Amino acid sequence: MSALATYNFAYLDEQTKRMIRRAILKAIAIPGYQVPFASREMPMPYGWGTGGVQLTAAILGPDDVLKVIDQGADDTTNAVSIRAFFQKVAAVAVTTRTAEATIIQTRHRIPEAELTANQVLVYQVPIPEPLRFLEPRETETRQMHALSEYGLMHVKLYEDIARNGHIATTYAYPVMVEGRYVMDPSPIPKFDNPKMHRSQALQLFGAGREKRIYAIPPHTQVVSLDFEDHPFTIQHFDRPCALCGAEGVYLDEVVLDDRGSRMFVCSDTDHCETRRAEGHVGPEGMPSGYGAKEAAE
Amino acid sequence: MYVAVKGGEAAIANAHQLLADRRRGARSIPALTVAQIGEQLGLAVDRVMAEASLYDRALAALSIKQARGDMIEAIFLLRAYRTTLPRFGYSDPVDTGAMEIERRISATYKDLPGGQLLGPTFDYTHRLLDPSLLEDAAVAAPVRRECGGEAVGRVSDILGDEGLIEPDSREPLDKVPGDITREPMDFPLSRDERLQALARGDEGFLLALAYSTQRGYARTHPFAGEIRIGLVEVEIELPELGFSVSLGEIRVTECQSVNQFKGSATEPPQFTRGYGLVFGQSERKAMAMALVDRALRAEEFGEDIVAPAQDEEFVIAHSDNVQATGFVEHLKLPHYVDFQAELDLVRRMRAEQQDPSTASREAAE
Amino acid sequence: MQTDAQIFSGAFTSPVLSSQSVFRALMDGMARPGRVFSLVHDASAPAPACPSHAALALTLADADTSVWLSPALAGSAFARWLSFQTGASIVSDRMVAMFAFVSRKDALSDWNGFSLGSDTYPDRSATLVVEVEALSGGIPLIAEGPGIDGAVSLSPIGLPADFLRERALNRSLYPRGIDLVLVCGSDCLCLPRTTRLMLEEV
Repeated sequence: MSALATYNFAYLDEQTKRMIRRAILKAIAIPGYQVPFASREMPMPYGWGTGGVQLTAAILGPDDVLKVIDQGADDTTNAVSIRAFFQKVAAVAVTTRTAEATIIQTRHRIPEAELTANQVLVYQVPIPEPLRFLEPRETETRQMHALSEYGLMHVKLYEDIARNGHIATTYAYPVMVEGRYVMDPSPIPKFDNPKMHRSQALQLFGAGREKRIYAIPPHTQVVSLDFEDHPFTIQHFDRPCALCGAEGVYLDEVVLDDRGSRMFVCSDTDHCETRRAEGHVGPEGMPSGYGAKEAAE
Repeated sequence: MYVAVKGGEAAIANAHQLLADRRRGARSIPALTVAQIGEQLGLAVDRVMAEASLYDRALAALSIKQARGDMIEAIFLLRAYRTTLPRFGYSDPVDTGAMEIERRISATYKDLPGGQLLGPTFDYTHRLLDPSLLEDAAVAAPVRRECGGEAVGRVSDILGDEGLIEPDSREPLDKVPGDITREPMDFPLSRDERLQALARGDEGFLLALAYSTQRGYARTHPFAGEIRIGLVEVEIELPELGFSVSLGEIRVTECQSVNQFKGSATEPPQFTRGYGLVFGQSERKAMAMALVDRALRAEEFGEDIVAPAQDEEFVIAHSDNVQATGFVEHLKLPHYVDFQAELDLVRRMRAEQQDPSTASREAAE
Repeated sequence: MQTDAQIFSGAFTSPVLSSQSVFRALMDGMARPGRVFSLVHDASAPAPACPSHAALALTLADADTSVWLSPALAGSAFARWLSFQTGASIVSDRMVAMFAFVSRKDALSDWNGFSLGSDTYPDRSATLVVEVEALSGGIPLIAEGPGIDGAVSLSPIGLPADFLRERALNRSLYPRGIDLVLVCGSDCLCLPRTTRLMLEEV
């Protein structure tokens, strides 16, 4: 039974890593196209980021510094769990600081700080097929991609406008990659979509249960779908982060009591902590040393 | 003063500790051994092996213990272990015709060579709770019919000898079967890939689909041609030796359904088949699999595809309970970033409806 | 026996870590076309294979992979080394090859016949690892496309005469197409199908 406890560096066996690595190369060569791969069962459930974990395991080396976020935060339970997994199976250095990370695995957010050429952003993807909710059949959607037949998607978005006056898609908002493939950016808020466009970092997307890998190389054109009379817009918060005073960032709404009191704070916890350590204070933040104190916890 | 929630690591560790405590239950009760599970909850072990696609009784029993009896969790544990095992090679096809039979019944013939052999079945038990099981009452040794140990021919072969049923497979003998654990599925699947997916598919899901075909959603007129349970030898050919060597025996359940006929201008009418094969003893699963296999062959036989059980993408894409449970349950992970985006839109749309002139605009990109 | 010793040796001393670092360099190179990068490793394969041939074969090929070798490689001990070290099947039919390794001793006159993938599965296309005389010092070319910030200049020596025309044709088939890795010694340069190449105007 002791043989059970021996796993390879970064958990996956080498043959699995090679298979994933070959898929990654093709994904990079065809930006936005979903490459099928023989996804494996992982020691965490499907839906918990098995696609992202397989990508990270296939690219991770001993010199990497790994950051894992969920909802923008390093301290959400599943982010903690995935980070602990890679510390255990790859003895990799980890960080919560965006600037220090070489690989950032994320669920539902892109960090606020601009990513650099030395970083790889690995997205966890639940449903990689942007057309899936319009056409449930893989055999059909594959043809639609082959023929660049994306009219249905535009019709759906336009129906939203007719019904609600708005495009009702607020997250997982579809993008067009290099003018060829419509791609699901994973369930990030559409606020984050513009960060994908011509990013300096390589962006990899992994869907474990659906067995797909796709990629956006650096400096690649990523355009959110829209209409001339209804241009793509992002969410705008009419107040700064209550703790660090940041504006133009994505905020989490925190319910403070059962009388309707709310406060809005940075969803990107590292961004908030970095700003507070630099001395920025929001309307409800504590002047100095706050970030330092928390970091020491 | 607001302080963000922290301490995920400690919370996870504490949750694991509490889980271990609940798994153990009252310490005054002796701990269940893996051997007890293997011996006394054998059908649970069989199901876990079948849906995990790993034949290892001890590890399946361990999974059940570790999962506190949650079968899908146990299947998941064993699958996650299976996927890390290196692939040494592919065995020869097992010969179920040479099975050492423990149970064998046919609903299509009253008597037949090899006979009907009931074996360890619940079929004719009266479902009355048995108080003697509250105590460890002595259980008499089983009585078994002596048999010569010769192979018992398959019912499908009896029909096949007369040409009354389609051949076992229309594939050429040298076809290399696909492997759904090594290659991504590509619809439409070949039948070998489909059968692999069904063999590891969720018993409850296949049962419901099979049931639906009997109630008119893709009727296939099935007969239980034969169900057999017993031990088959697994052999692997070693190229260095030039012959096959035995790796051991496994218990399997095989069901061959005999279904209504098809014919064509060139082929006289013949019965068709559905096929089910699972690890261990599980007639329910093997029979459901055979019915669903037959329903999924609709296109091959030119039948109209009108029901869920005939729809390959629908059935296969949703039959894996490890995938299904993961995705359904992942909804409990935090989604507050996306929810915030929805909240924002709903509030804005409500504001606009109440006072169109103050419509707040999203920042143009 | 000399050849057998050659065939059984030359793999990475540390297979897990070396294939990771070689892959990572290649991934980065594929994501940043036109840029020269080095593979750091200790693999060596029988001549006439170059160190990059050895390292990329060990990193990418296995029993699930079919590999085509150009004549000089196919006729050398490298072919046996490759099958022994990786388990890859060596194929003579270009169309079924996932990878092709080309020696600079073979001035490949055409790249026809390798799989371009299909419109539904453009990933089922070949990746060619082509050895050239040098990765710089030749006629300056300009590359544009995904992975490139504006434009990047490159100047490999030893490309086939109609290289630009071939790549333009390949580009016109997008999303189908073959992907290229040019190698020399332990240095490489990637030209995925998305890259547009042209002569640098003087």
